[in-house]
Amino acid sequence: MANSNQQDSKGLLGWIDARFPLSSTLKAHVTEYYAPKNFNFWYFFGALATLVLVIQILTGIFLTMNYKPEASLAFASVEYIMRDVSWGRLIRYMHSTGASMFFVVVYLHMFRGLMYGSYKAPRELIWLFGVGIFLVLMGEAFFGYLLPWGQMSYWGAQVIINLFTSIPFIGPDISLWLRGDYTVSDATLNRFFAFHVIALPLVLLGLVVAHLIALHEVGSNNPDGVEIKKHKDPKTHIPLDGIAFHPYYTVKDLMGVSVFLIVFSAIIFFAPEMGGYFLEANNFIPADPLKTPPHIAPVWYFTPYYSILRAVPPILNSQFPGVAAMGLSVVSFAFLPWLDRSPVKSIRYRGTLYKKWLAAFVVSFVILGYLGTEPSNVWGQFSPETLIVGGADRATVVARIFSLVYFSFFALMPWYTKKDKTKPVPERVTA
Amino acid sequence: MANQEVDQSKRKFLIAATSVAGGVAAAAVAVPFVTSMMPSERAKAAGAPVEADISKIEPGSMITVEWRGKPVWIVNRNQAMLDTLATHDDKLSDPKLEVTSQQPDYCVNPARAIKSNIMVLVGICTHLGCSPSPKLQTGADMGADWPGGFFCPCHGSKFDLAGRVFKGSPAPINLVVPPHKYISDSVLLIGADDKGVA
Amino acid sequence: MKTKFLFVLALLLPLTVIANEGVKLDHAPIDPNNQASLQRGAKVFVNYCLNCHSAAYMRYNRLQDIGLTDAQIKENLMFAGEKVGDTMTVAIQKADAKAWFGATPPDLSVEARARGADWLYSYLRGFYRDDTRPTGWNNVVYDKVAMPHVLWSLQGEQVLKVDEKTETHHLVLEKQGTMTPAEYDETIADLVNYLVFMAEPYKERDKHLGLLVLAFLGLLFVLTYYLKKEFWKDIH
Repeated sequence: MANSNQQDSKGLLGWIDARFPLSSTLKAHVTEYYAPKNFNFWYFFGALATLVLVIQILTGIFLTMNYKPEASLAFASVEYIMRDVSWGRLIRYMHSTGASMFFVVVYLHMFRGLMYGSYKAPRELIWLFGVGIFLVLMGEAFFGYLLPWGQMSYWGAQVIINLFTSIPFIGPDISLWLRGDYTVSDATLNRFFAFHVIALPLVLLGLVVAHLIALHEVGSNNPDGVEIKKHKDPKTHIPLDGIAFHPYYTVKDLMGVSVFLIVFSAIIFFAPEMGGYFLEANNFIPADPLKTPPHIAPVWYFTPYYSILRAVPPILNSQFPGVAAMGLSVVSFAFLPWLDRSPVKSIRYRGTLYKKWLAAFVVSFVILGYLGTEPSNVWGQFSPETLIVGGADRATVVARIFSLVYFSFFALMPWYTKKDKTKPVPERVTA
Repeated sequence: MANQEVDQSKRKFLIAATSVAGGVAAAAVAVPFVTSMMPSERAKAAGAPVEADISKIEPGSMITVEWRGKPVWIVNRNQAMLDTLATHDDKLSDPKLEVTSQQPDYCVNPARAIKSNIMVLVGICTHLGCSPSPKLQTGADMGADWPGGFFCPCHGSKFDLAGRVFKGSPAPINLVVPPHKYISDSVLLIGADDKGVA
Repeated sequence: MKTKFLFVLALLLPLTVIANEGVKLDHAPIDPNNQASLQRGAKVFVNYCLNCHSAAYMRYNRLQDIGLTDAQIKENLMFAGEKVGDTMTVAIQKADAKAWFGATPPDLSVEARARGADWLYSYLRGFYRDDTRPTGWNNVVYDKVAMPHVLWSLQGEQVLKVDEKTETHHLVLEKQGTMTPAEYDETIADLVNYLVFMAEPYKERDKHLGLLVLAFLGLLFVLTYYLKKEFWKDIH
């Protein structure tokens, strides 16, 4: 391949191409990567996730120039960035808003995968790398959230690390090892900084590259869920329903990027706290190991899983089932390629059964997410006379019901996807 | 396509316009990142002008104050010292203070000072940034014809009592006179003058 | 149909929500663009708060943003001969403060972001006489607060009256201070306005830049929209 390219480029490009596959790489991944022509709105979020990754890395580099990963200095160094460093506040808000927007675009990107069956063969590995990215992203968010060293940072880390304590036998030692101290302390902050700024970003970048290489190997899925490679032009071998990524999707994504940047800038300049969802009020109080804030909740992107954790009652005096359920709720996504036994990919050609289950899953996810931001007595208690649930917190009962729906979406998938009445899939993409 | 010609010119225009807008956006985004690396408000506050009490400096001696982390020498020169300044112009690289960056215009005079006896100098060698040692007295370990001045221990640069560099020194130009002004007869403000803060 | 049932259930539940307990906060009538109010608030802050509470991340010269010159700042708001570039620190030792009040007075630089303007406004107007407390004061918003009523000479003394029938309580001004209740409320509004400004001094200024950025991005969107449309003419 490289040899044929060598001949058609001259000058500096030719010199480079003889030594490095520049032209051929660009061709393979940009100018002659053929993507289905029927991408819709949902296909913006992959490119946007890449953009947010770049924003996070860039702003992160500049934040580390002034941030101090030391318990007695961390909180002050963040305020130093906010006030004393020229434009430091803008860089910090870009990073804090970027963290939440990362999850916004990644959740929408994942939902796109669920709708159009993007995890199904031959794209299982793309999906698995994606789940890996999602897990690392959660790690990044968790480690990064400790760094401002406010009350929410501190107690959030305290609670999450203590979850590991519930693991039978080795739990307490794992917690101790993670903290490097008997409580969350300077040692914890220092290592979380190391994980956040170098360890996980390296893994994340590797996974993103793998995600893209796997994608470009098998080609993109599309809203119809048909394989465009099945129908190629006999002469050029270009898929008949494919169009070059550049210029068609670069200009389209550019448009998506400008819309995204409008939303992003509006948040940064006018509502960086996003009503307490992106930056929590209690995190403007420096960490105090002796005083827990009255109500602590994780940042919004963790709350669905946190709700599941709270919903599971202790069994044999152990919190472990809740922790295991929370872990499973995140990891469940990885099993989708093997749980889904439908012959079709896209929701367009699936029956009503799958659509209902997907809708139920989204509703559960949103409601669990909401409940996770509130204390469990937010909806009060059922009256003591009520059957079965008398006296229980309403929100806890609702969280339990929706946790069941959440897991049923995955657990029952082999059954309902097989039973579902599908429609015939067209040979070619529809406009 | 029949209208391809028209399309092409429109397309080129849109590409150009978007590229220009994108370039402006990229440049605008670069501004906060680049300026964030300039001295912060804290650094500026720490580097604010400092006041120095000069009433206690005996004629013929000096004090050192810190301004922006650098030593600033304030030398109260006696008449004998002032008299030497005019005697060795031929041995100096820049006796007439032609390198204007090394002192404010109000110090372009034979004494290189506002009040001729009070010499204010940034004590950093113009060669590679060491701090020279004061050798205010004539002669002594500097040799019989030493008129008094400063000697840099790093590479042997020599300066006279007005901070002017002697020929043959590795330092190319005179020591810097920082902006300064008198708040009163006995209090000197270093780092600001009537034109504002440095 | 199970899912539909659950969905309806979820929609109905919030309607039966029992109100969260806690004190109802008064809305703080503040205006971040009212420089006169901010300047009055700054004066109250340095005179009454800055003796025990620091604002260690706030530099005096940031007060330029509320329309004061360095000379005015130095003359009217600084008493210890610091430089205008210094931060608002206090001489009180943390250990001393803890011994005197039972708690270290928190730094107030970002207090408004932690508490919110309404909380501060209600809190500073919510002190009442309570002889069971070591300071002789309690607060309706912050029960058993360690801080005494510093603005007592301005507001006067309030007492808490409990209505036996309705089981509600309200504050009654028993002895008026040097200000009328309306004047006092206005002074507190100024102070809260200042505290909100101090928590994020650049906020209002950055909003102007934000509008510019959004306008530019709007233009960029129009360009990219037509660019995309132009290229996609090729696709049939």
